[in-house]
Amino acid sequence: MNRFLDTFFAPQVFARYLPEVLAAIWTTLWLGVVVIVAGIAIGLMLACLRAARKWWLTLPIVIFADMLRALPPLVLILLIYFGLPALGITLSGPLVLILVLTAVLAAFAEEIFWAGLTALPRGQWEAGRATGLGFVQVLIFIALPQAVRMGIPSLVNRSLAITKMTALGSVIGVKEILAVSSSAQAVSGSATPLTLAAIAYLVIFLPAVVLARWLERRFTWKV
Amino acid sequence: MPGIIEMFFNLDIMRQSLPLLLGGLWMTLKLCAVVIGLGLVGGLFLSLAATSPRRWLRWPAMAVIDLMRALPPLVLLIFIYSGLPFAGVEMPAFAAVAIAFLLNNSAYYAEVYRAGLQSLPRGQWEAARATGLSMPQTLRHVIIPQAVRNVLPDLLSNTVEVVKLTSLASVVSLAELLYQANMARSVTYNSSPLVLAAAIYLVLLWPMVRLVSRYQRKLSI
Repeated sequence: MNRFLDTFFAPQVFARYLPEVLAAIWTTLWLGVVVIVAGIAIGLMLACLRAARKWWLTLPIVIFADMLRALPPLVLILLIYFGLPALGITLSGPLVLILVLTAVLAAFAEEIFWAGLTALPRGQWEAGRATGLGFVQVLIFIALPQAVRMGIPSLVNRSLAITKMTALGSVIGVKEILAVSSSAQAVSGSATPLTLAAIAYLVIFLPAVVLARWLERRFTWKV
Repeated sequence: MPGIIEMFFNLDIMRQSLPLLLGGLWMTLKLCAVVIGLGLVGGLFLSLAATSPRRWLRWPAMAVIDLMRALPPLVLLIFIYSGLPFAGVEMPAFAAVAIAFLLNNSAYYAEVYRAGLQSLPRGQWEAARATGLSMPQTLRHVIIPQAVRNVLPDLLSNTVEVVKLTSLASVVSLAELLYQANMARSVTYNSSPLVLAAAIYLVLLWPMVRLVSRYQRKLSI
């Protein structure tokens, strides 16, 4: 038992690396917030464009959404981070991470919003148009609020899963929680920094998981 | 734009790296078979525990599910692969990857099953028990088939996630598809092997992604 504690909870190693991991928590947090806000906004926009039902809008959106849902994000991260410099375009690690994760979340969000929009009975559209509202007005005031409401549980789950992928930044030198604690583990020769990392992630994401569960229950009851 | 073709779609380099990548694909498929196969079973048991009326069964199961959902799979993997050896527990990369992703995915599958189990009215249980079926029989013949059918699209979409997830194994140098592609990239100084790997993932997963979308739409109407 003592050996176990020494390996995974050595107090002096804990204290030594706590400040670095705390700083890394901020990196993870702001990366996550940027990805969630941008990803959902872009996804919403794409779903609205798709609602216009013009094939030259639908086709690229569907291809984008399908590809980003089918490709592992790490493939895209490596491709952009290591591939683009050959064309003279060098992007920083955090920027690559934000670009890829935002695009992935946008693809999933678009599908979720679109599923919500198509789930609405046609009568809602017809009634809206019949009262004299334009297409855009029906979309914004009638269809979207309901579609968003329906999509909230899946959206929260998906956002969580993708925010957790900020850990992939460790592969391309982004100084987030996993990267910092991995190198601390190598330097200190102790597994304690990894415990610290696990705790840091739990502190961030456990409340989010509980919140997601609560949202799920609330919204499935009401709709 | 000769640069783009040369650096990203170089057929010669793709042809040279193809055997390497196919070897990697084989490893990816083996990993998927283990993680999906055991995950589907482990998740089912976990979800049965999580929906049990018995508190001592339900609470630990929920705790495991939430813990696994809160921890990024890569963190779990690094912990098992480079943390556990400090405690004298050493294992080959394949085992570390399989265990880490299995833990992670059982929790995700369990959440899906749980939604399915909870979608069934209590009357199904009561009716089955009233006809004389035992508890395990009720589960096997009445509850599980219906629950699984109700959440088939979500099971499928989670399975797509598992296949994508296996690409993380490249971080601990397991020679799966992405690792091999990245090796080929660093040897040839050319990104075409990565593009080829992406194409292989697309061939594998695009039909499944389409199916998920189709399913979701059909259910919602």
